[in-house]
Amino acid sequence: MGGTIQTTEEVSAPLGLTEHSHVGGRTVRSAATTSHVLRIASTQIADHLVPISKDEAWRFTPLRRLRGLHDETPLTGRAGDDFEVEIDAPELVSAVSLAGAAADWVRGSSGDHPVDRPAARAWQQTPDLFLVDVPANTEIEETITVTFRGLSAANAIPAHLVVRIGHHSKAHVMVTYEGSATLTENVEIVVGDGSSVTFAASHEWNADTVHLTHHRLRIGRDAHLKHAVLTFGGDLVRVVTTASYDGPGGDAELLGLYFADAGQHLEHRLLLDHQAPQCKSRAYYKGALQGRAAHTVWVGDVLIRPEASGTDTYEMNRNLLLTDGCRADSIPNLEIETGDIVGAGHASATGRFDDDQLFYLQSRGIPEDVARRLVVRGFFGEVLNRIGIPAIVEHASGIVERELAVSGI
Amino acid sequence: MATLEIRDLHVSVLTDDVPKEILRGVDLTISSGETHAIMGPNGSGKSTLAYSLAGHPKYRITSGSVHLDGVDLLGLTADQRARAGLFLAMQYPVEVPGVSMSNFLRSAATAIRGEAPPIRKWVKEVKTAMSDLGIDSEFADRSVNEGFSGGEKKRHEILQLGLLRPKFAVLDETDSGLDVDALRIVSQGVNRYKTTSDASGQPVGVMLITHYTRILRYINPDFVHVFAAGRVVESGGPELANELEANGYERFAGAGASA
Repeated sequence: MGGTIQTTEEVSAPLGLTEHSHVGGRTVRSAATTSHVLRIASTQIADHLVPISKDEAWRFTPLRRLRGLHDETPLTGRAGDDFEVEIDAPELVSAVSLAGAAADWVRGSSGDHPVDRPAARAWQQTPDLFLVDVPANTEIEETITVTFRGLSAANAIPAHLVVRIGHHSKAHVMVTYEGSATLTENVEIVVGDGSSVTFAASHEWNADTVHLTHHRLRIGRDAHLKHAVLTFGGDLVRVVTTASYDGPGGDAELLGLYFADAGQHLEHRLLLDHQAPQCKSRAYYKGALQGRAAHTVWVGDVLIRPEASGTDTYEMNRNLLLTDGCRADSIPNLEIETGDIVGAGHASATGRFDDDQLFYLQSRGIPEDVARRLVVRGFFGEVLNRIGIPAIVEHASGIVERELAVSGI
Repeated sequence: MATLEIRDLHVSVLTDDVPKEILRGVDLTISSGETHAIMGPNGSGKSTLAYSLAGHPKYRITSGSVHLDGVDLLGLTADQRARAGLFLAMQYPVEVPGVSMSNFLRSAATAIRGEAPPIRKWVKEVKTAMSDLGIDSEFADRSVNEGFSGGEKKRHEILQLGLLRPKFAVLDETDSGLDVDALRIVSQGVNRYKTTSDASGQPVGVMLITHYTRILRYINPDFVHVFAAGRVVESGGPELANELEANGYERFAGAGASA
């Protein structure tokens, strides 16, 4: 079989210069690791079998609702007809659409490759790649915004976004997804050494959208990345995030917030790959569900490799079931291959509305509907406030308020 | 003059799907300006009485009535009861993660007063009330009761008493878990509200639920009731508390069982 397993050799490859020559080459398994969470990573479609529901990575996903994105559906959706992208960034930032050799040069900047077939298909078949490039030693105060607007769900769209932050820079990037689309996508976020970056992706799709995406995060030496995923809209949204470090001192904070209404399937999967020493990771994901057949999935895989001494990691997922008939799956998973770590922990809880909290607020005169909103807002607030960028926090708060208003809580 | 009138109140809770009767015919009338101490051994149903009055969904009223100023409280939801003028200071205040104390207090005051208090006046009011109770101003930004010590929680209950200005206050074991200093500060808070409500022409009626007499050294009761086996078994003046202090509850053991 072709395809490669992520190896430590690949991980230490220089940023942005990843050669593609190993694609379709030998299967390499790191001698030291026997991890179960690592999957085949390859840019080649043929290396990825068509997912079936027996696959661990797909067992929660209703494959019938993917419109064949994972299989053979032609990816014919094109900019202008099926979607449009707007990028709003200050002059210092280069925001461009690249094709051909220029796109090939940028594609793969994160050093990591697609871990499933829909991502590999998007990798191979996206004609135009979008690049947001922040130079080194640059501080951008205003939030760089990217809007991906789906115009039609009829033609399946392949897309690829690369956000590249040079060393010792500071930037906030917010990508908003809206409209109707059938989309398979790759997002690469490359944070240079010593940089501090907040990246947020907000999924505000119409109800007819199917969106599969793979975010690959590469965190430079002593760099700090806040990565926030906000998922509210869409019929089915599945976000796979894989993160790895370029050197010691990296700090990744993965934040997630989702709100599933009746019939929605919202799935978030994380793989935090600690392959460098002295790095830190935090994952805080919170979700609320309500209505018949609202379904959310959270899987948090953390791998601490033998060489990742001094690792400090913690992941948390909490789900709030607001009504009967919804389902939240939550699976934290920690694999530790070295004993020399600072800390590794996880917490997962799914619960119903706390009647005692509700009673306490009501006993102070606060009407039940207001009390419920306070509790849900508070539940999300813990994650929301960690995002830290006021413009993004406000925007996300606004969506939560709209969700609460729609749902009549 | 308003009254809180409890008549023949019977209340059950579901334990393992079997209803268990806890209150067995409580009769009690509290008028504005009066302080009634309800004293009784553990498990006598004192807290059940407090929660039942406030409308906790866990308790089922099987018979009897409760009227506040003529309004049938039992027909109201918990928030409606609070807006009708009832306040419960809980023995174990609930933590509400993510909801800041300041947001919570303002939401509550807005609901009780019927309109949002003017912001500048409100900020000053809260600041003063907090400093009166020795509460550090940083608590305003913390989540409701989250990570508070027992004493801090009790101070915040009394903070709410002063800000929400109820007609009747039920203080459920407010003294439990407090050291002497905290007990004095919390008691002063209650007395301060008694004084201000008196001055406003709407003197608060207080139901002070306690196991021990020590809080009665700071908050003087007009009446003392002994609560046993789910009802009031004896009523008297402050001297009854002294007798309980000296002799304990032995005399009343089994007193309610004959009901």
